[in-house]
Amino acid sequence: MDKIKLVEAAFVKSDIPDFKTGDTVNVHVRVVEGDKERIQQYQGVVIGRRGEGMGATFTVRKVSDGVGVERIFPLHSPRLAKIEKIKDGSVRRAKLYYLRGLAAKQIRQKTGANQ
Amino acid sequence: MSGILGKKIGMTSVYDDNGVAVPCTVIEAGPCYVTQVRTKDKDGYDAVQLGYDEKAERLVNKPLKGHFAKAGAKALRLLREFRNFNGMKLELGQELRVDAVFTKGDTVDVTARSKGRGFQGVVKRHHFGGVGMTTHGQSDRVRAPGSIGGSSYPSRVFKGMRMAGRMGFDNVTVKNLTVLKVIPESNLILVKGSIPGAKNTYVTITK
Repeated sequence: MDKIKLVEAAFVKSDIPDFKTGDTVNVHVRVVEGDKERIQQYQGVVIGRRGEGMGATFTVRKVSDGVGVERIFPLHSPRLAKIEKIKDGSVRRAKLYYLRGLAAKQIRQKTGANQ
Repeated sequence: MSGILGKKIGMTSVYDDNGVAVPCTVIEAGPCYVTQVRTKDKDGYDAVQLGYDEKAERLVNKPLKGHFAKAGAKALRLLREFRNFNGMKLELGQELRVDAVFTKGDTVDVTARSKGRGFQGVVKRHHFGGVGMTTHGQSDRVRAPGSIGGSSYPSRVFKGMRMAGRMGFDNVTVKNLTVLKVIPESNLILVKGSIPGAKNTYVTITK
């Protein structure tokens, strides 16, 4: 196992903030269009984290123009320029799949976010 | 054909220059030692025998002890011969490290023993579809092989008929894998994709 960690060490990021399920994060994603590169921001509630090492991912849910959007990001992907923690959440579950059926107000109540 | 011996460590993924995750297998390759050099004059063909994976001296029998002593090498678990080592001049007893043979971007073949699956039926072993349905009164034909031949003619089962039996634990070669990275300090090599066998299986990487 140690030898695999050695290989992964070159790719594993050390500047990832300590965020958990229920927190609100802002993910800065590198988008390549032709030969130009720009940063796209994606803000939402973390509804789950899974995996370890290089395989670790997290899911961010937001409601965009009334349509629920969920994106799954590989935690250590070089396409993620930055992960910003916006707000601490307080939840009792590791996976917040139940948020999918809730209205915005209920989500605010459930995650303890007060925006 | 040049190559090296090693051990499968496991799989992970790495990111390429475009930020795309690439699945890869980590192999501990070498250091190998040249335990015998065969020449055209003496043996009728050119080849080198490489050894890998040190073991305790007390585990070696006397004939092999002499073989290792001749090469000035330590006791080794695995010995394999490579024909015509791509014109590389190798001396008896020489240490061969992974970076001497492979560099990033090479295309290699990997040979290893696949995982043993035991006695398996035709659905798993030969990808048969099974015979019947689960309904209409049938209860035991779902994974059955079906007919294996005619009755009055030929009155026998043809050789090579695919049937149930021992599966796996074969020598399997996967060809044209790309070398993603070579880490000489820790004798590691990363190849793209999967290779046969369980973790800690001996593998032969050739170019």
